[in-house]
Amino acid sequence: MAAHLSSGRVNLTALREAGRRELRQFLDKCAGSKAIVWDEYLTGPFGLIAQYSLLKEHEVEKMVTLKPGRLPQADVKNVIFFVRPKLELMDIITDNVLREDRGRSPQRDFHILFVPRRSLLCEQWLKEQGVLGSFIHREQYSLDLIPVDGDLLSMESESAFKECYLESDQTSLYHAAKGLMTLQALYGTIPQIFGKGECARHVANMMIRMKREFPGSQNSIFPVFDTLLLLDRNVDLLTPLATQLTYEGLIDEIYGIQNTSEDFFDNLTVEQEFMSGIDTDKANNYIEDCIAQKHPLIKILRLVCLQSVCNSGLKQKVLDHYKREILQTYGYEHILTLNNLEKAGLLKLQTSGRNNYPTIRKTLRLWMDDVNEQNPNDISYVYSGYAPLSVRLAQLLARPGWRSIEEVLKMLPGPHFEERQQLPTGLQKKRQHGENRVTLVFFLGGVTYAEIAALRFLSQMEDGGTEYVIATTKLINGTSWIKSLMEKLEPAPF
Amino acid sequence: MSRARADEEEYWHSSKFRAFTFDDEDDELSQLKESKRAVNSLRDIVDDDDDDDDLERVSWSGEPVGRRNRLPSFQSLSNALSDTGVKNYAPELRRPKAEYKDYSSDWSPKDTVKRMQRGKVCSLERFRSLQDKLVLLDEAVAGHDGNVITAVLIFLKRTLRREILFRELEVRQVALCHLIHFLKETGEQKLLLDLLRFLDRTEEVALSQYREHLNIQDVEKRREFLKGCIGLPFSAEDTSHIQDHYTLLERQIIIEANDRHLETAGQSEIFRKYPRKASILNMPLVTTLFYSCFYHYTEAEGTFSSPTNLKKTFKIPDKQYVLTALAARAKLRAWDDVDALLTTKNWLGYTKKKAPIGFHRVVEILQRNNAPVQVLQEYVRLVEDVETRLNLATKYKCHDVVIETYRDLKDRIQLTAYKCKVERGSAEEQNINSILNNTQIRWKN
Repeated sequence: MAAHLSSGRVNLTALREAGRRELRQFLDKCAGSKAIVWDEYLTGPFGLIAQYSLLKEHEVEKMVTLKPGRLPQADVKNVIFFVRPKLELMDIITDNVLREDRGRSPQRDFHILFVPRRSLLCEQWLKEQGVLGSFIHREQYSLDLIPVDGDLLSMESESAFKECYLESDQTSLYHAAKGLMTLQALYGTIPQIFGKGECARHVANMMIRMKREFPGSQNSIFPVFDTLLLLDRNVDLLTPLATQLTYEGLIDEIYGIQNTSEDFFDNLTVEQEFMSGIDTDKANNYIEDCIAQKHPLIKILRLVCLQSVCNSGLKQKVLDHYKREILQTYGYEHILTLNNLEKAGLLKLQTSGRNNYPTIRKTLRLWMDDVNEQNPNDISYVYSGYAPLSVRLAQLLARPGWRSIEEVLKMLPGPHFEERQQLPTGLQKKRQHGENRVTLVFFLGGVTYAEIAALRFLSQMEDGGTEYVIATTKLINGTSWIKSLMEKLEPAPF
Repeated sequence: MSRARADEEEYWHSSKFRAFTFDDEDDELSQLKESKRAVNSLRDIVDDDDDDDDLERVSWSGEPVGRRNRLPSFQSLSNALSDTGVKNYAPELRRPKAEYKDYSSDWSPKDTVKRMQRGKVCSLERFRSLQDKLVLLDEAVAGHDGNVITAVLIFLKRTLRREILFRELEVRQVALCHLIHFLKETGEQKLLLDLLRFLDRTEEVALSQYREHLNIQDVEKRREFLKGCIGLPFSAEDTSHIQDHYTLLERQIIIEANDRHLETAGQSEIFRKYPRKASILNMPLVTTLFYSCFYHYTEAEGTFSSPTNLKKTFKIPDKQYVLTALAARAKLRAWDDVDALLTTKNWLGYTKKKAPIGFHRVVEILQRNNAPVQVLQEYVRLVEDVETRLNLATKYKCHDVVIETYRDLKDRIQLTAYKCKVERGSAEEQNINSILNNTQIRWKN
């Protein structure tokens, strides 16, 4: 069953096994028959670690979704809540617990498993509601990095981008660092760390500090990874906005969306015009038409953000015009979302008066006119001629190195840096002749299937020299990404 | 690996007296049934170093014991924030069990934070001076552990005057962001706004307050609330949007009341024929305009519900107006209205058809509303781009337009081919034939 995890250069089965072990241990602690009450959001990530059969082996007899009201009757000894540490979920749990029939016999024991961390705030909240004492085991399950595929790890943290770039909240970065420490404990210390972006810098700092505080964590495992590359999502805001054109990317984008094929191609045309620098400085007719026809708001937002990024921000007149049309058509309350997009740098005013994007595009050769999708020789095939900036940076890091693109790097947001971690003597990696380096690329804020495809393409290149393993806070596409930045406009259930 | 039942009993009982170590099994402290007594006796040892009478005693069920009834102190941190992840993958980190016996009242802020990170009992009450508190905060921040930072912030929030807390956080970005996030999560709106005002993040204050309107279901109350938002420190553009939002809701309330009355009175034909599917309250502006063009099209500009009034009040651009009105009138199959919308008169009195949105769009909208071919044809004829015109005319069987266009293009082959698309013996067929027979035309093929 774990065949796909061991298929890559790095065997990620060990990581999943460690995750399963921890889960088993907790389940066994709550001895006896059990029912699990699931925070719906977690069923996806958990599904990557363990199947129901594993849970059954540990006496899980029933599984239900977390919701307000009375818990189902199930005749089990234990009821375990698997939840993220969010206050609104604590309210639901409180409701469940308070409605429990204390007269029933036998009584059921309650437990909570916080994923990925316990939270002081949540436990205080439960205490204030008077239910904290009802729980026997309150633990955390550190599901930081989950192996999704043989070369792909994800934290499945949907809110990471918003937290990091809108709220300057470093919680997800902390989890990223912890995930990396776990990875190093299993696969050896990574000797070289490169990074670009503020968040990358924070994660590297955390890693260094964590290592210093636990000196005993120096282990004798032969390092599997040569390099870690930490990349902020906001170094490349463009890639997730464009419609992906690889098979998996397309499926990911199209699923659930009812475009006509005509409209799809119109959309694509406009995107490609923007990405090649055509008419990015004025209000676009197609976008206006779509607003007038009240196409889904997310589609509109993607396009205007794409235009903004390709123009290094929009001129005041154009920005005001779009904003007005959007608010008049979809409702004034969306001013909150527009504000979020501005804060994230996606839809903003052009401040410097000049557009850097064409320079970046030309210097890094992001736009390849002669792309051959059947027999691609460059990563630009994933967007039919556009090479993802993020992957280009990874590619250039391997060869010839970032020194040669210092000027361009400075145009991109955030610091770039290099750190070295000491390896115990004797563990210095000696590469065999012809053996590839292994680089772990960590996207802080999300990664798209197209970028994954591009990195896999590089891995497979003969004489490429480097194989890539990809880690991220979340797998995203333009729609899910923009959605995570939209203000929740419905009032909370409680 | 599951344990046998008999072993379980033994397991639970034997570990009763273990206190705070790294091993996550030792979290039995949270197992109320067996450990209560043991734990309470243990707590005596723990509290030994604290002379502080202010310490709140909290039983394991969470209820405060004793006379004080404040917010629980973070002594509840003693509910082991054990770091199971580290334990599993870095076994060298296990500390000797003896360490829990090592209580000292002299832990520095740095050590305190370290202990908190490992989930050990720590009382912060002993940090009395501002200086100490700040060092504690800085250490917590440097350690990156969110739970520890939160715990320290809760402590500071409780023991520092607000102005001092704000002032100190202003220069500590990470702690500041952490507190803001915390206040948002716990819904402490007032304190959050005070903090933002202090930081002069006035626009954020404005937006944060504006956001609250979403929680107000009652329309009148919401209207009042929005009115109050107008004076807030938004940016110039945003201010006008907020103003519009208020004005719109105000209008909608009036329109809704009137129309509800009209509907129930049963006198108005339009409402009888097309009963309203939903209330107009809280709908976007363009939707409101559509509604107004549908139900109140002929009203004079003076009324709140007339389309022209909406256009003027909200400065709706021509393009948007025509598009919306067109859609509404087309839905009602009011072709004359459609015609009037698209006709302009110049000063000489000559009329001309003009569409600020392009005639192909007009055709699209009309077609979607099942306009009869005669009506559709008129506008297909006006589509500027020849290819588009031909496409649309062919698609929607506007034969006359196709015929005319091929004639104008002098394309004999296409015109001949089109004969099979028209009915045998029809007027259109005759038309084609007569054109084909016209010797004056210089066909290109």
